[in-house]
Amino acid sequence: MKTFEYLITDALGIHVRPAGLLSKEGKKFQSEISIAKDGKSVSTNKLMSIMSLGVKAGNTVTITIDGPDEEVACNAIKEFFEKNL
Amino acid sequence: MDVYSGSVASKGVAIGTIRELNKADSIVRRISIKDPEREVKRFHKALSIGLEQLDQLYKKALVDVGEETALIFDVHKMMMEDEDYTESIINMINTQKVNAEYAVARTCENFVDIFANMDDEYMQGRAADIKDISDRLIDVLLEKHESSLNFDTPCIIVADDLTPSETIQMDKSKILGFITRKGSVNSHTSILARTMGVPAIVSVQLPARVNNLKAIIDGLDGMFIISPTSEKIVEAKKKISEETKQKKFLAQYKGKETITKSGQKVNLYANIGSVSDIASVLANDAEGIGLFRSEFIYLEHTSYPSEETQFQIYKKVAEMMAGKKVIIRTLDIGADKQIDYFNMEHEENPALGYRAVRICLMDEKIFRTQLKALIRATYFGKISIMVPMIASVWEVERTKKILADIEQELKNTNIPFGEYEFGIMIETPAAVMIAPELAPLVDFFSIGTNDLTQYTIAVDRQNQKLEPFYNPHHPAVLKMIKMVVDVSKEFGIWTGICGELAADPALTKLFVEYGVDELSVEPNSVFKIRKIIRDID
Repeated sequence: MKTFEYLITDALGIHVRPAGLLSKEGKKFQSEISIAKDGKSVSTNKLMSIMSLGVKAGNTVTITIDGPDEEVACNAIKEFFEKNL
Repeated sequence: MDVYSGSVASKGVAIGTIRELNKADSIVRRISIKDPEREVKRFHKALSIGLEQLDQLYKKALVDVGEETALIFDVHKMMMEDEDYTESIINMINTQKVNAEYAVARTCENFVDIFANMDDEYMQGRAADIKDISDRLIDVLLEKHESSLNFDTPCIIVADDLTPSETIQMDKSKILGFITRKGSVNSHTSILARTMGVPAIVSVQLPARVNNLKAIIDGLDGMFIISPTSEKIVEAKKKISEETKQKKFLAQYKGKETITKSGQKVNLYANIGSVSDIASVLANDAEGIGLFRSEFIYLEHTSYPSEETQFQIYKKVAEMMAGKKVIIRTLDIGADKQIDYFNMEHEENPALGYRAVRICLMDEKIFRTQLKALIRATYFGKISIMVPMIASVWEVERTKKILADIEQELKNTNIPFGEYEFGIMIETPAAVMIAPELAPLVDFFSIGTNDLTQYTIAVDRQNQKLEPFYNPHHPAVLKMIKMVVDVSKEFGIWTGICGELAADPALTKLFVEYGVDELSVEPNSVFKIRKIIRDID
């Protein structure tokens, strides 16, 4: 299992488009990927769930990746956050 | 053959098939089903059709309006295929044994509740997206194609009423004309019809189901004829060809100066609502843009358009007009123009309420974003900034203070901007009376005759019952216009007219005599008004 924290800098927070892109990105991997804020954790496969976390600029989220390809997935998701959020 | 009459909102004649648009709020009934598996299949099929529609819309929008707006449909696609959403629907069909339409409607309600209750304005706004994708799926399930705003062949649109955002979504090349059961000739859709140059008749007492019937809109005589006889069709065709001939005749005024025989020059500009209207501005040879209704940028978006989004639009307009003047009116919503994400409270008297510059001054963040985008765009062309609904001096002073702040901010960050004119709309009787106090603060006045008329004679222009009382030629209104022009001459600034009266051929001569410097009209009125002015001695 791999995990990392990320500080959201995008002014709108995790709005609908990046949430959609995140769920697409996550589905490329076999690993289970989840995103958590304030103790509430949801699967990144689900767009509405991600949005319901209400992640805003300045919030820190925790991403957890668990599965056979977690190494590659972790790098890809990290890169995704740095690029989009 | 059935003949109906109504008020002409836009002139012209068209023959075609009726496309009836029903409000998307269809009532979904709960029906118990025996075979959930079959119902889930039905849902999956509707889902793939819905996604396909969104894909088409995305591609179309990409070409028509650019990537920024097109992304809305991409986002809708993501939401529609989201597992949370689809699983909830399928789950409901399986466990409650209900029809797919009902499962979609219930799921929609649940998600709308979640988003509407989040303490984040942006997320609250997403509730509208969920409603939108759910309505689309329900329409597909009910096989209600007619409620779609997109269609393949040109047709006559019939509806109870149309909101500006509904009208703007339609493919203008597929619209032969508009008929509405309600609405007034001064509503926004009527104005849009005139901009598009298609006939429109409003407050027509039509029966309920007229979809797919053949019809003639006669926007010359205010008649709407359903299932016309062959004689009527021949007659209509004759009118259409006469109109075309007339248009050709007027087109010889292309490239000619707008000047009276005695040499008085008038700047003849055009009104637009979006970048795509520029094609028609150039085709009709307008000498500039006298009114860019920037609120349509807000209407086309599902949340506040960013500074960058607005900047790109203003820049594009400035560049496309290549050095000709472009007067951009700052946000003018409220009253008959409502936007969901502004979350405006219900008002007893919206025409006298929270609208236009009042919103901008109370919610300065919105105003600053727009003004900054506008000032940045001045670097790329000849842009003028115009503020609507002014009634007091402090409103102008406050706006100028904000403009000065932004200019300083841009200088500090080395962002370039150019010279620009700053003007205000004169559309309240108060502004007319204090014109001598306002004139030293601005570069120009632009008279908005629609609102000025309604406020001067105290007649609600949205109320169709009051149309006999809505006299835009009322002497009080004409006197006010003369007063404003006189004041502007005294203070050495210029005055334009950008309301409907600017294109009223009966008044052109009078306005020229008053000494009006600029008239801004719908693009397809340019030649007509130019001809009248060139014929004045």
